[in-house]
Amino acid sequence: MAHRWGMVIDLDRCTGCEACVAACHAENNIATVDAAQAANGRTMHWIHVERYWEGEFPNVRARFQPVLCQQCDAAPCEPVCPTYASYHNSDGLNAQVYNRCIGTFYCADACPYTARYFNWFNPVWDKPLNLQLNPDVSVRGVGVMEKCTFCIQRITAAEIQAKAENRDVKDGEVKPACVQSCPTAAMVFGDLEDPSSQVSRLAGSMRATTLLAEVGTFPKVIYLERESSHANE
Amino acid sequence: MPTNSMAQANVIDIKDEQVREDLLRPLFHTSRRFYVLVFLLVAIGLPGIVTFVYQIYTGMGVSGLTRPIFWGFYVTNFVFWIGISHAGTLISAILRLVNATWRRPVTRCAEAITVFALAIGAQYPIIHLGRSWLFFWLVPYPSERGIWPNFRSPLVWDFFAISTYITGSLTFLLLPIIPDWAMVRDRATGLRKRIYTVLAFGWRGTPREWHRLEMAMKIMAVTILPVAVSVHTIVSWDFAMAPVPMWHSTVFGPYFVAGAIFSGIAALIIAMALLRKTLHLEAYLKPSHFSNLGKLLLVMSLLWIYFIFAERLTVWYGNQPAEMAAFWSIQSGRFAILFWTMVTCNFLIPFPILAIKKLRTITGTVIAASTIVVGMWLERFLIVVPPLEHKYLPYDWGRYHPSWVEIMITVGTASGMVLLYVLFAKFVPLISIWELKGGQHTNPVPHQAQPAVAGTQVRLDPTLPAANS
Repeated sequence: MAHRWGMVIDLDRCTGCEACVAACHAENNIATVDAAQAANGRTMHWIHVERYWEGEFPNVRARFQPVLCQQCDAAPCEPVCPTYASYHNSDGLNAQVYNRCIGTFYCADACPYTARYFNWFNPVWDKPLNLQLNPDVSVRGVGVMEKCTFCIQRITAAEIQAKAENRDVKDGEVKPACVQSCPTAAMVFGDLEDPSSQVSRLAGSMRATTLLAEVGTFPKVIYLERESSHANE
Repeated sequence: MPTNSMAQANVIDIKDEQVREDLLRPLFHTSRRFYVLVFLLVAIGLPGIVTFVYQIYTGMGVSGLTRPIFWGFYVTNFVFWIGISHAGTLISAILRLVNATWRRPVTRCAEAITVFALAIGAQYPIIHLGRSWLFFWLVPYPSERGIWPNFRSPLVWDFFAISTYITGSLTFLLLPIIPDWAMVRDRATGLRKRIYTVLAFGWRGTPREWHRLEMAMKIMAVTILPVAVSVHTIVSWDFAMAPVPMWHSTVFGPYFVAGAIFSGIAALIIAMALLRKTLHLEAYLKPSHFSNLGKLLLVMSLLWIYFIFAERLTVWYGNQPAEMAAFWSIQSGRFAILFWTMVTCNFLIPFPILAIKKLRTITGTVIAASTIVVGMWLERFLIVVPPLEHKYLPYDWGRYHPSWVEIMITVGTASGMVLLYVLFAKFVPLISIWELKGGQHTNPVPHQAQPAVAGTQVRLDPTLPAANS
């Protein structure tokens, strides 16, 4: 059975702790970037937490929004890639096949969320992080574009396990690293095709919204707006 | 319709033998200046190649590219050189089709620019790749990877458009060279004769050969025009197909084509002026040629200002927040100085020079052409970079500063372009000798009117088309 993996992020619950960022780095073998390169804007965080200030000083409130690849249904990155490195798989994921990527940068230009990260140099890890690489995730070499995969290695593992046990993947069985590590359970992952899944129910909320809906990318990452921001209006 | 005096101004009244002497001189005599020039160009170009190897060895990180400005100097240069390449086809093909006789000393210079600018421009999509060594994955061939390139991607369209264009324009350039090479063959000795014997394809100058050559050129002229238009349209679609504010525009296709022809004519004028001086072609490339090309340049300058006005005004009225960020950064922000330099270079300086007859001299047109080449490079830069600096989400905005690597490669390829042109001038007369003389017959006699009696009156002198006899 085909799935349509999606994520709901409740902005009311997000505290901006960035546990998701750390977990993502550990899970997905994301290279560390030194201070000089980071100052050039070459940081690599498949998920990053954006901070907004609400209200006028001194009555200000910080507001956080984790941003990752939005796994769009109509992803602008896919048609422009000349080598099918960026493509739509049968589960609706925007897969990135590193071995096919020749580094045209076109996908990253087309992405309205700038959710794609390029390997400007061969990847390095600050010691001792080089000893904890995840064997389930390939390490990307120089010249290749990469981005959030919704932890496709975990999805695949769960699907293989379910198939071996002759059943469907259960709701909540797959948890990407960011979802797993979120202390406030602000992130929920699941199958949007299954109307009874937690993610489907939350996606039907009155607060549900998507990032840059006007660009027409139909993201599968759904944000639940802050109640408080409605109250302010 | 040209007046009589105009037509007279274009007529080149020089004896055949003198023409051959003048135009073949660079092929047979090499001055010391030539070696110095070649040495200089290699000295500038070689560091570019070394820098490119360094970039491959280290990674694209040595360029100034960063997130989110993933396209910078390289893509700017790509668009710029492909634009320059529109000199040859447009000048040559259109003027051939409308039988404008004044084009005859101009066409080959123009066609050569096309081929070499394409050769340089086509390197940039490879230079700008993260993994340059895998560029051939854009080519559809039955590979062990078992997949085709993605035909929805404008980059794949680019591959087809540019390879078609380079094949077509190379044919368009080489076909009319054959009689000239035959002439060199007949005058040369030793190794040179052997080389040109191969190059001349056994040309003998029979009426049938002349007829076929002219037919082929007519077919090529008609074929190459839509190809040229499609090439720069597709280059523009590299941008217009991506939902980036200020890129996603319907006007980009014609806007890019107009800009390409504009910069192409400017490059042609500069090349012609340099050739005129260095090869002493004053009697062939006359002020009237520069004046005529200057008029074309004037039209393109007006067309260009019209396009940029139409593009900017609609964006301004549309007032889309995402677009306005990029718009204002160009109009009054960080890029304003480049924008107004561009307007000055592309319109404010060239317009009066080209519009006033007294100023439309050789010096005048060369000044206008030089500012236009600079202005058009800036235009491409302003199309590529500022929108990428200001995409939808303000926290993703960034700044682009080119690195020395990009500058070295840019300078190196420009020098490579000049080098190719200089070497070409060593092996090919840059003014088509046989076409030059044909130009004086305003009413060419049709071939059918002069039956070639088989075996008796075959012209063995390949210098002149049968139409002249």
